[in-house]
Amino acid sequence: MVSTLIRVTGDWSLAEDCTAEAFEAALATWPRDGIPTNPGAWLTTVAKNRALDRLRRAATLARKLEEMTAVTELEHLDPELSDFPDDRLRLIFTCCHPALSLEARVALTLRTVGGLTTAQIARAFLVSEATIAQRIVRAKRKITEAAIPYRVPEAHLLAERLSGVLAVLYLAFNEGYSVVAHTSIADEAIRVTRALAQLMPGEPEVTGLLALMLLQHSRRRARLDAEAVPLTLEEQDRSLWDAAAIAEAGELLGGAGRGAEPGPYRLQAAIAAVHATADSAAATDWQTIVALYDRLLTVTPSPIVELNRAVAVGMASGPQVGLSALERVAASGALDGYYLLPAARADLFRRLGDYSKAAAFYRVALAGAPTQPERDFFARRLDEVGG
Amino acid sequence: MKYMMFVATDPEAEPYDPAQDNIQEWVAEMVARGVNLHGDRLRPIEDATLVRVRNGEVLVTDGPFTESKEWIAGYDMLEAADLDEAIEIASKHPMARFGRIELRPVWPFEE
Repeated sequence: MVSTLIRVTGDWSLAEDCTAEAFEAALATWPRDGIPTNPGAWLTTVAKNRALDRLRRAATLARKLEEMTAVTELEHLDPELSDFPDDRLRLIFTCCHPALSLEARVALTLRTVGGLTTAQIARAFLVSEATIAQRIVRAKRKITEAAIPYRVPEAHLLAERLSGVLAVLYLAFNEGYSVVAHTSIADEAIRVTRALAQLMPGEPEVTGLLALMLLQHSRRRARLDAEAVPLTLEEQDRSLWDAAAIAEAGELLGGAGRGAEPGPYRLQAAIAAVHATADSAAATDWQTIVALYDRLLTVTPSPIVELNRAVAVGMASGPQVGLSALERVAASGALDGYYLLPAARADLFRRLGDYSKAAAFYRVALAGAPTQPERDFFARRLDEVGG
Repeated sequence: MKYMMFVATDPEAEPYDPAQDNIQEWVAEMVARGVNLHGDRLRPIEDATLVRVRNGEVLVTDGPFTESKEWIAGYDMLEAADLDEAIEIASKHPMARFGRIELRPVWPFEE
């Protein structure tokens, strides 16, 4: 509803205010009069009438052409057709426009597309509500003042802009994931990605991202122990993994887009799917995972992917081979100072039984770990190897 | 929608290569499309003059007045449908590669 009012009126604040008023009106009248037969159409009608009132007033005052045009278009809007998928898609692309800062794109998408409150977003991002509110206000102002278009990009821009949209959704998802208490953000990111997948069924990377999120989210009940310390895949109780989410991801990966050269999200989802369908860490098909990392490296070369590949090599071919692979990654210098490099080394030395080297590297990882749960994890490991 | 396009130098861009400078084509295309209202390059900052009025007194100083390695080398006034068209126009300008471009929406006084 918001997305359609934005398209017709071109005014984000007006669209949001009128939608909020429609929900308030529903709260006031539905408990008394009963829920209407078509609640969506009821809400759209109320929001549309509020918008018409305001626009007619403004149009009479200013006699502005755009407002007159918007009034005419609003008058012809059929509330029975209260689902306007094209408008929802326009809204997603505009909220994720690259001319907005990345932080603003994430906040605006969660607020306007996802419908989270600024308070919910602020809690997840560990910043004040005023900061989030200001980010959103600034972003909306730029959309209006710099004339960021309200539309799905043309064909020649679509691939690039879509990958920007997916990056925003994945960032929002991971942000929700990093804060244990706020999986609502992760849920919301999944909901928006699911909507996008329905709107753009022919895009394999959209279903790829949705599958990747579902697979990561399937482990939400297993990833921490009773003291909120993260558990590795090896340590997790796999019976706690969400089997329905894993099955849905499997269907998504096996469905449309299969056969075409997979993009980065589909490949990452394929890796996660190998883990998700293994009965134990030992029974995992690590050779397939290494092969998938090799393909991922050709699509998106990155030192982090090389690091993950080396870890998988260690699981597939033994810690000694893994350490040699890690040495080659470390030699590039791209990961100097990154705490997960010593963490990977420590883990492979631990598996080799070389506890003194393992302890030395766990200490480096512990010193560089950015969050308390990770520090707890490395401290526990250090304890295990007698450091 | 009018945008002022500032064409600037950027020490981090690839070095200028006159053989790849297609500014004539760019101007021809943008004028033909009616999106480039007017524009020019600017003389180097050594020719710049700084003017300030302080305590009622006009202070005139010779440029260059900053140590900056980035300066405005030219400008174009664009008339584009929206920001996406302005971005498309800017990205085709050779200085998007050899320097950088800043798009600023014009803010008319009557608004």
